[in-house]
Formats: sequence, structure tokens, C-alpha cells
Amino acid sequence: MHFEEIKKVLQTKTIGIAGCGGLGSNCAVALARTGVGKLIIADFDVVEESNLNRQYYFQHQIGHKKVESLKANIKLINPNAQVEAHHIRLDETSIVKIYKNCDVVVEAFDTSEMKLLIIETMAEGLPNKPLVLGVGMAGWGDNNSIKCRNHEHLYICGDEEKEITEDLPPLAPRVGIVANMQANTVLEILLGSV
Amino acid sequence: MAISITLNNREETFDTDLLNIDQLLKMKNYTFKMMVVKINGKLVKRPQYAEAQIKEGDDVMILHLISGG
Repeated sequence: MHFEEIKKVLQTKTIGIAGCGGLGSNCAVALARTGVGKLIIADFDVVEESNLNRQYYFQHQIGHKKVESLKANIKLINPNAQVEAHHIRLDETSIVKIYKNCDVVVEAFDTSEMKLLIIETMAEGLPNKPLVLGVGMAGWGDNNSIKCRNHEHLYICGDEEKEITEDLPPLAPRVGIVANMQANTVLEILLGSV
Repeated sequence: MAISITLNNREETFDTDLLNIDQLLKMKNYTFKMMVVKINGKLVKRPQYAEAQIKEGDDVMILHLISGG
């Protein structure tokens, strides 16, 4: 497939991004660059200085809503990408409501509690929709432990092992690898295997 | 008697007559705080781990959820 053909297919697709931190901001940007037609992003947070070690924001955006800042950054890269931004703390009701018309949903939360919430919520409320998870990306190095596996509608990207601690912070390279792996998985779902 | 299942895309056999999720977790030494369990694609929530029986040939997925993102 030529890039023009790829963009033609992707133009018609809508991807949900649940959380706009390290995973969500980098994954959304990768999908916008590739030509996905519409992104539905949601996050309750504002940009903090400590986020800039891995998240797709800039100094002048500190204190601003993440969803509005990410929308602005995406528009600078690809003005044709539609971005629907929700400044909201996602829960069982809003997850189903916001993402019900998406082709694929990307889970990009930081806490394991929220990861569980979206898996359980979508299993009940959006049972056939593909959900791409990011699980395990703290620290640095150990490239070969990062992988992707698939179980029906669930796609799991990450090392499934390294939890964030004070000695194992989330850093741009590994978070970026998993975020881009999630974006790559979305493309595989939408375009089929190469 | 033994029960053969697919666990996380891998064939595994357990020397037992009856197997539920609680027993499976114990046999695998899984002590995860946050996890997702599916039997043949169907989500099993934590309160049902003791009653959710796993049968010969079942496809079981166990995912350990960890923080970070």
C-alpha cells in the first residue's frame, strides 16, 4: 500500500485515546502524523513541568489543560486531523458514551486501577471494540522485554513487568516505545498485517 | 487426572481433577494485586475466582496490570 492509499483508509477512522499522559500524547501524535481522520482524546489533568520528560507538551503549556494542549500540538502537525477533546475524569459511564463510535480505543492511563476500569467497562459496554493497552514501561534499557500480545479484542503492549517506583521512573524512550507500539497496533488493526 | 488448558497462548497441563481461578493462581504462584482474567474470552471478576471452573481445553488469559503511562 502506498502512503496515499494508507491515508485514504485512515482518513475514515476514529480512534479513542483514554488518557493524555506519556502513552496517550505520544500515541495520538503518531496516529495524527499517519493520517487518522479523527482522534477522541480525554484527560482531566493539566500539564506539569514533571510531565515534560516524556509527554508531548512544551514549556509554555505548563498549567494548561492537557487535552487542549495536545489538540493544539496535533493541529500544528496535521491540520486535517479532527480532534474531539474531553476535559473529564473518565468513568464507567463516560467511557462508553465518549468512545462508542470509535474503531479502536487506546488505553493510556497511568494507574493500574484505571486500566482495570476501562477493560471491565468495555468488556460489558463495548464488548467487540478493539482495546489496545499499555502495560509495563518504567525505567530504561531492556529493549527486548517490550512486546505485544493479543487476546481476542484485547491487545497488550509493554513488558508486563516493570512498575513505576522512585527508582524506576517513567522516561521518554521506553514510554515512547510503548506509545508508538500502541499506535502501530492500531494501524495493524485498521490496515491488516503487512 | 489432569487438565490441559491454553494459558496466555501457551499449552499447560495441571495435575488435578478440578480447577478454578483461585487454584490456578496458586499453582502458578501468581500474587498480582491488580489483574484481568478471561476464560474463553469471557471476563471473570475477582469475586468469582473461587467458583469459576476451568475445563479441559479452555483458553485462559491472565494479565497482570501494573501502573505507568
